Amino acid sequence: MEDVKREIEKKEASTPGQGERTRQRRVYTPDVDIMEKKDEMVVIADMPGVDEKSVDVTLDKNVLTIHGRVDAEIPENHKLLLSEYGIGDFQRTFTLSDEVDRDRIRATVKNGVLKLVLPKAEAAKMRKIPIQAEA
Amino acid sequence: MLWSELERFGRFLDPWREFESMNRALARLSAPVTVEFPAVNLWASEEHAVVTAEIPGIDPESLDISIVDKTLTLRGARRLEELKEGEAYHRRERWHGQLTKMVELPFAVDSSRVQARFLKGVLSVSLPRAEAEKPRKIVINPS
Repeated sequence: MEDVKREIEKKEASTPGQGERTRQRRVYTPDVDIMEKKDEMVVIADMPGVDEKSVDVTLDKNVLTIHGRVDAEIPENHKLLLSEYGIGDFQRTFTLSDEVDRDRIRATVKNGVLKLVLPKAEAAKMRKIPIQAEA
Repeated sequence: MLWSELERFGRFLDPWREFESMNRALARLSAPVTVEFPAVNLWASEEHAVVTAEIPGIDPESLDISIVDKTLTLRGARRLEELKEGEAYHRRERWHGQLTKMVELPFAVDSSRVQARFLKGVLSVSLPRAEAEKPRKIVINPS
């Protein structure tokens, strides 16, 4: 319940290192949750306005980039009376450790939420070492 | 001369518009725009209003939209994924909890014709202005 009054603000992404974009529009940093599970890492990103066709997930070496394009629907002949959020694309970049099994990464989008499942590579999984009693 | 006549010369001559934009810029400097979740945008024309809100990941079935007078209220909740033993959050930035958001509309609406749509995590509520509230043209009777 302490979150009822939590204030929110959409964070605009800093200019990406790769240079300027050709399309002039705002770019926001999506809020993410990252969970570590036994066999996988799960990244969940809030990207309202994005669907499976407009989201790109790329992995270059160990840099994971998520980018979502948002096409805003602006009601015709209406004036904007109250604006609490801006509309723009989403982008965020993460550096992965080597422990991720790149070939088995899965991505899904539902209701504007991107979910990435990054399975851990065999070598990184925790192994239980059996201990034998000494005779 | 009327202030409105200045409009004819283009926007840079309109002093009120300049003040308004200056005011907005100053307000942005002094206090960052922070609002209660979810953030909404309100669009309006003379006969119609549209309220949009970014509520990604919410189950549209659990979202409750009601209108009383000129106030639109959104209610819902979003839960965090429960963790099992041995699992941990590295980052937890996404919003979660109960949401109650009230938006004041510029006019009374015909609640029987209100429509809501939830697409890609964006809620859009279409609100037609109440018939009784619509601006009426006044006819001058010939004397």
